[in-house]
Amino acid sequence: MSVLRQSTKPTTTGRTNFAQVLLNNSTIVLFVAVFVIFGLSSPRIFEGNTLIESVLNIAKQASFTGIIAVGMTFVLLTAGIDLSVGSNMYLSSVVAGLLMRYQGFDVIPALIVALLVGTLFGAFNAFCIVKLRIVPFMVTLGTLVVGRGIGTALTESKQIDFPRQMLDFGLISILGIPMPIIAFGLVTVVTFVILTRTPIGRQVYALGNDVEVAKKAGIDADRVTALVYIVSGFCAALAGFILIAQIGRLDRSFAEGKEFDAIAAAVLGGTSLFGGVGNVLGTVVGALLIQMVQYMLQFNNVNLYIQPMVRAAIIFMAVFFDSLRESNLTRLKRRFIRPIEN
Amino acid sequence: MTPVLRTHKLSKAFYGIAAVKEVDFTVGAGEVVGLIGQNGAGKSTLMNLIGGVVQPDSGKMAYQGQPYAPRSPADATRSRIAFIHQELNLFTNLSIAENIFIEGFPTIGRGPFRLIDRAAVRRHTREVLETVGLDLSPDMPVDRLSPGERQLVEIAKALYLDASLIIFDEPTTSLTTRETEKLFEIMRRLRDQGKALVYISHILTDVLAISDQIAVMRDGQLVTQAPTSTFDVNRMISLMVGRSIESLYPKRTTAPSATPLLELRGISAKGIVENIHLEVHQGEVVGLFGLMGSGRTELARMLFGLDAFERGEIVINGQVLHRTSPRSSIRHRIAFVTENRREEGLLMNINIADNIALVALPTFASPLTQIIHQADLLAAAHHLAGQLQLKSGNIAAQAAKALSGGNQQKVVILKWLLSQPSVFIMDEPTRGIDVGAKYEIYSIIDQLAASGSGILFISSELEELMGMCDRIVVMSRGEVVASFPRAQFDAESILRAAFREMNGQNSQNSHPHPTHTPVGHFSAALKGEHES
Repeated sequence: MSVLRQSTKPTTTGRTNFAQVLLNNSTIVLFVAVFVIFGLSSPRIFEGNTLIESVLNIAKQASFTGIIAVGMTFVLLTAGIDLSVGSNMYLSSVVAGLLMRYQGFDVIPALIVALLVGTLFGAFNAFCIVKLRIVPFMVTLGTLVVGRGIGTALTESKQIDFPRQMLDFGLISILGIPMPIIAFGLVTVVTFVILTRTPIGRQVYALGNDVEVAKKAGIDADRVTALVYIVSGFCAALAGFILIAQIGRLDRSFAEGKEFDAIAAAVLGGTSLFGGVGNVLGTVVGALLIQMVQYMLQFNNVNLYIQPMVRAAIIFMAVFFDSLRESNLTRLKRRFIRPIEN
Repeated sequence: MTPVLRTHKLSKAFYGIAAVKEVDFTVGAGEVVGLIGQNGAGKSTLMNLIGGVVQPDSGKMAYQGQPYAPRSPADATRSRIAFIHQELNLFTNLSIAENIFIEGFPTIGRGPFRLIDRAAVRRHTREVLETVGLDLSPDMPVDRLSPGERQLVEIAKALYLDASLIIFDEPTTSLTTRETEKLFEIMRRLRDQGKALVYISHILTDVLAISDQIAVMRDGQLVTQAPTSTFDVNRMISLMVGRSIESLYPKRTTAPSATPLLELRGISAKGIVENIHLEVHQGEVVGLFGLMGSGRTELARMLFGLDAFERGEIVINGQVLHRTSPRSSIRHRIAFVTENRREEGLLMNINIADNIALVALPTFASPLTQIIHQADLLAAAHHLAGQLQLKSGNIAAQAAKALSGGNQQKVVILKWLLSQPSVFIMDEPTRGIDVGAKYEIYSIIDQLAASGSGILFISSELEELMGMCDRIVVMSRGEVVASFPRAQFDAESILRAAFREMNGQNSQNSHPHPTHTPVGHFSAALKGEHES
C-alpha cells in the first residue's frame, strides 16, 4: 500500500502483478521521476555545494508541512479529516507571540503554551466529533473559521513581531542540521513507533479498516478517534511555532491553506483518504516530494502563476492513485460465495 | 454430562412476529451440534440471542451451570463464546498476528510507554496457526489470504481466546473441498478437547458428517434435537419444510406468453456466479429460489448493472447487452426493487412524491429548460398511489420513513412504475412486512404480469414463490441447478434441488424432475468439474 510496507514473502495466494506493485509504490515512483526530471532540467544542482545546500533547504522547508502532515496521517488513517490545522497553527502561534511580546515569556515557556493551545484545539475537534457526533469535515471546517477568527480578534488583525530570541531559537542547529529538520525527525520517529509498535497505534489502523468490526472486537472507537485529532492539533501547533521561529513575524494570513498541503503530503505518501492504509514514513516522503517540486519550479524560474497549477496537478495525480488503490482493495474485499479453484 | 449451554423457553419477536419461539436448545462439552433450518427459521436469531446481539423477550439461558444473560457481544466474548461468522470479522489491512491480538496485545515497558511485545505476539501466533494447520508467517497481511485461509485465521483467533463454546455460522460456503476437510479435522480435534461446538450449515451432508447431534428449526421453533444417527438427508429436509397456506396468495389472472423479454446467456463472474442461463417471458412471474449465499442477489445486481460480470450476455427485448449499468438498464426498461428498502430502495427523509418521482424525473422535465412540471408529476404520482392503494398522508409532505413497511415497499414499486418498465427484478419484496401487506404486494405482482411485464421474483420464502410463480428457478453455489414449471411445484423437490449441488455425492438421484430448459445439461456438465 505504501512506500515502506513490510516485505512479505511470496505465497501461494499472492495476487500481485507489476501494475499493482507500481500502484502500491506510486510515491516512490513519483519521487524518482521528479528527481530525474529535476536533474535533467537543471544539471547545475548536482554540482558540489549546491546539492547539499539544496537537500538541506528542501528538507527544512518540508519539515513544517511534514510535521502537520504526520498529524494528518493519524486522522486520515481513521478515515477522518482535519481541515483546521492551518488555523490551529495560526491561533497557537498568536497566543505564543502575545505572551512573548507583551508578557515577557521566554521561548520554551511560550512553546509549551503554544503546544497546549494546539492540543486543546485538537481536543475540541475531538469533543465535537466523538461526543456531539458531528462529521469531522463539518467540525474542522467550523474550527478552521473560528480559530482564525479568535486569532484575528486577539491581535486586532495587527502583525506580531517576535522578539530576537525567537529568531535565535530558529537558527539553532546540531551538527549542521537545522532545528526544523531535527524536530521533524523526532516527530517522525515518535509517531512511527506509536503507529507501528503500540496497541493504540494498531487500533488506529483497525478502526480505519472497519469501524463495525473494530467495535465488535472491543476497541474503544471513541477513544481512538479522539486521540487522532489531539495528535493532529499538537503537531499543528508545533509546526506553527517552528515556522514562526524562521520568519520572526506573524500576520493574519499565516499558515493559510496549510491543511491542503498537509493532506496532499499524506496522500502522496500513500495514506488513503478512505482510512486504514498509510504510514508516517510515506508521509515524510510525500512532504519532501511536494517541497522538491516547489523548489524545482523556483530553481527553474517557472512562471509564478503556473507553479500552483503544477503542484495541483501532482496532488491530483496522488489522489487519483489513491482511488485506484481503493477500488483495487474493494475488489479484494469482495465476498465470494463459491470457491475459486485454480 | 453437564451441558455447556442450555436455553429454556427462549423467545424473541420482532415487530410482533415471533422469530424464536420457546426454544430449548442444548449443547454439551465435547459435542458438535448441527443446527439446520430454512432461511428465516430462526437460526440466526437464536445465535444472536446467545451472542448478546439481541436480548430475549422471555425465557432464560444457562452457561456452564450459571445463569447467562449477555447484554452485548462483548459479554459473550468475555464468557468465552466465540462466533465464526460467514462474513469474516478481520481487518484486511493488518497482519494475521495483529488480527488475533487486536483486543489485547501483550506489551513490554511501563506506563504510557508500553510497546507491543512483537516477539511474544509472533510466537503465540505461530502456535495457534499451527493448531489450525496454517503454515503462514504471522506478519502476513490478511488481504493476501484466500477466503479459506481467512476462515482459519478466525478460528485461530477463537482458539487464542480459549473459547469453550464456538459457533460456526455457514463457515464452508467459500471453502474448497480440501479446506472444508481441514476445517472438520480441526473441529473434531476441538471436540475431543472438550469444547462445545455448534455448526450451522445448509450443506446437509456436511452436517451429517460432523455433528453428534442435529437440531432442526422451523418457523422459530426447535422441531427436534436428536443424535445424528437418527437422521438422513431426506428426514432432515422433510423436518425443515413447513406447511403451505394456499389462501395467502391471490389467484393468478393470466398465463405467460411465449415472447421472451429478458434472457441471460452464460453469465459468469469468478467466485460469484457460473454460467447462468435464464429467461423471463412476457406476463411471466419467474421465481428465483436459493439458500442464503446461493448468488441470487449477486445475480440480480449484475443483471441490473450494479456489479460487473466477466462472461456471458444479457438480452433485453431482443437487444444484446455485453455491459450493463443501472442507467442503461433503466433505459431498457428494467426495474430493480432492491432487497433493502431502508438502505437501497428509498430516500427515507424525503417525501413520498419525490421518492416516487426519482427514476422517471427526466420525463417530467421540460425538454428545453429542464424545469420539472410539478403539477403533472404530482398528478401522476397520485394516480399511481391510488391504484396501488397506498395508505399515506399528503404524499407531497410526508416523509417515506413515516410509512409502514408494506407501504414503503409500495413506494419502491411506484418509483419504478412511473417509468413503465417491462421487466421487474424484485429482490425479497415481502421481507419484513405483515401478512395483509404481503397479499397486496402479491396482487400488484399479478397485475404487473397481467399487463404484460415480466417479473423475476427473488425470495427466500419458498411458499410465496410457489404461490405466485409460473416457474421456479433454483440457484445453488452461484449456479442454476434446476427449473420447475408450475405443474411440478413441490416444496420437497425444490428444497432438495437447492441443497443439491452443496451435497455433492447424492446429487444425481436426489433430483426427481427433468427440467425443461437448457439448465439440465449445463448442470450435468458442471457436475464433472465439481467432482474432480
